[in-house]
Amino acid sequence: MSDLSVESRTRRTVAKMLLVVVGMFGFGFAMVPAYQVFCEITGFNGFVSLQPAANPDSAAAVDTERTVNVEFVATVNESRPWVFRPETSRLEVRPGELHTVYFVTENTTNRDTVSQIIPSVAPGNASRYLHKTECFCFTEQPFEANQSRKMPVTFFIDPAISERTTTVTLSYTLFDLRDGDAPDFDEDAAGLHSSAL
Amino acid sequence: MSATTHDAHDAHHHGPPPGYLTRWLFTTNHKDLGVLYLVFALAMFFVGGAMAMIIRAELFQPGLTLVDPHFFNQMTTMHALVMIFGAVMPGFTGLANWLIPVQIGAPDMALPRVNNWAFWLLPAGFVLLLATLFMPGGSPAGGWTMYPPLILQLGDAFPFLIFAVHILGISSIMGSINIVATILNLRAPGMTLMKMPLFVWAWLITGFLIIAVMPVLAGAVTMLLTDQYFGTSFFSAAGGGDPVMFQHIFWFFGHPEVYILILPAFGIVSAIIPTFTRKPLFGYSSMVYATASIAFLIFIVWGHHMFSVGMPLSGQLFFMYATMLVAVPTGVKIFNWMATMWQGSMTFETPMLFAIAFVLLFTVGGLSGVMLALAPVDLQYHDTYFVVAHFHYVLVTGAIFSIMAAVYFWLPKWTGHMYDERLGKWHFWLSTISVNVLFFPQHFLGLAGMPRRIPDYALQFADFNMISSIGGFAFGLSQLLFVWIIVKCVRGGEKATDEVWEGAKGLEWTLPSPAPYHTFETPPTVK
Ligand SMILES: [Cu+2]
Repeated sequence: MSDLSVESRTRRTVAKMLLVVVGMFGFGFAMVPAYQVFCEITGFNGFVSLQPAANPDSAAAVDTERTVNVEFVATVNESRPWVFRPETSRLEVRPGELHTVYFVTENTTNRDTVSQIIPSVAPGNASRYLHKTECFCFTEQPFEANQSRKMPVTFFIDPAISERTTTVTLSYTLFDLRDGDAPDFDEDAAGLHSSAL
Repeated sequence: MSATTHDAHDAHHHGPPPGYLTRWLFTTNHKDLGVLYLVFALAMFFVGGAMAMIIRAELFQPGLTLVDPHFFNQMTTMHALVMIFGAVMPGFTGLANWLIPVQIGAPDMALPRVNNWAFWLLPAGFVLLLATLFMPGGSPAGGWTMYPPLILQLGDAFPFLIFAVHILGISSIMGSINIVATILNLRAPGMTLMKMPLFVWAWLITGFLIIAVMPVLAGAVTMLLTDQYFGTSFFSAAGGGDPVMFQHIFWFFGHPEVYILILPAFGIVSAIIPTFTRKPLFGYSSMVYATASIAFLIFIVWGHHMFSVGMPLSGQLFFMYATMLVAVPTGVKIFNWMATMWQGSMTFETPMLFAIAFVLLFTVGGLSGVMLALAPVDLQYHDTYFVVAHFHYVLVTGAIFSIMAAVYFWLPKWTGHMYDERLGKWHFWLSTISVNVLFFPQHFLGLAGMPRRIPDYALQFADFNMISSIGGFAFGLSQLLFVWIIVKCVRGGEKATDEVWEGAKGLEWTLPSPAPYHTFETPPTVK
């Protein structure tokens, strides 16, 4: 074993190790889309699709045998001065039936702003069976200063939902994009956020 | 070549470079760098320890008695960061630098200059991190796990925290590449992989772990940085991200990290117990395979830190069973150490005492770990003092005790003097008794529901907290004795023989004590 061969072997080991380092740094970032896809496919983590669902197939598809309790929760991120609450806090629905619920929302600040409302479903494995055909969460919601409005969400529960799921909670969190929830908010950043969806 | 001629030869040609400052600043000698790492780790052990003393003083009595709650939170966060990245990891790296070349018969590390650079990044990183204590808004206070969105509310300290983590990560990656390259390429002829001392094996695997997961942490904190300053939304729900995803990425690093903090300890104990039992280690190859299977399993168990995030049942079951599986190879190791001691002619010098305490008390921490692995009960234990008790048993009586055992074991080889055995025993008994007074009551506090990282507590927790604090102060003071023993041993003492310990086996014990500045320039032959 000559000195030269030790040196070149060491160089080769170091090169391989550096490749692992670069690869694992990339792997950390690759976990981001992998996580999104994984949650979307499995419905883990209460991931809710932000795409409108098609209307239920037909009235015949309604499961008249049972009902599911749907609860509505509304939260304002970081307790900012907004009014945000569901008009109905609980609804008993038959799987397959289309329902619309309104959320009362008021921007109590004196500034025009844009909000983004993020849904989440509990239990997580029910999220795949709660379909929204229309929702204020699909796009960013601009609000003028002190503007108040009622915003609808239209949804149905997929009849394929497990018999054991008797209660589903649909929770919304309102983020005021101008007020520091999104750092350095500006129109460009708003565009960036909507494209990130 | 006899020891004396070698010494004389050294003094003329290959001594340390002249000048005190230039010697330590520019040294590429693995022994010098080992010393630097170990001294740095000891200093950080006291910095982190001082923070722990503040925590225990505040918790001595209920009520907000001493410090501001925000400062208390800074202390818990910084204590963890300093102890993990400043004390335990550099401590093990220092031991690796000193010992791996002399254990495998190499003249030095494979990349001596990288070695110097990796070390000097550490003080730089800690200047950044510790400077945050003096910034407006204070140092990080949201927990060492840096969960968003809380961590994003940190003030001026935020970029300092992120860059400190980057620098410390780069330092440990460079150190690990060096260690792995040394072990794979610089072994003496005849030193096959399966003849390597277990400390070298443990570090080979630890090195791979660091190389694999430190970049993931660097990626995670980089995402935090861009979320804060560049408008990305990796972890911001408002922009389509998910804060829970940070926890997945963090713990993908974080769980292997806890084994980075313990695998070298397994190697140390596997060197000490056979020496003082005067028997070869029981089940050498099963030790190697156990370490390797631990290294595989720990990549698929990170979810056990996140049972309370609302994980589906299937996820909880997977992470629960995978975690419990880790107990199997760990159990193999514990039984091997016990079998090594069985019917051995044992003596109880200080390193052996620390090693036996390690086996016993690490097992206590391991068992509470198995309890925490159970998803249904973890919901009860999560974020309570039970968790605090668990990880301090594995990190203090595990990792730290093993480093202390190693220091006592190899100190005569490093300094050429025997340490004061009587004081060493005092240090051992004071530490072992006080550490149990400190952490054992925390199990009960946690089971009774006391949350961690809170400066105040309900009155029913008062007694156990007071006992725990007394143990904490006693443990902290006992470590001053440790420093005194080391200083005394460096300055003088009974001359150590080359073998030092009667039953010591391995290449390092064939060298004179103290080991000369350059060793194994012509590789030894291993039969
Ligand atoms: Cu873990």
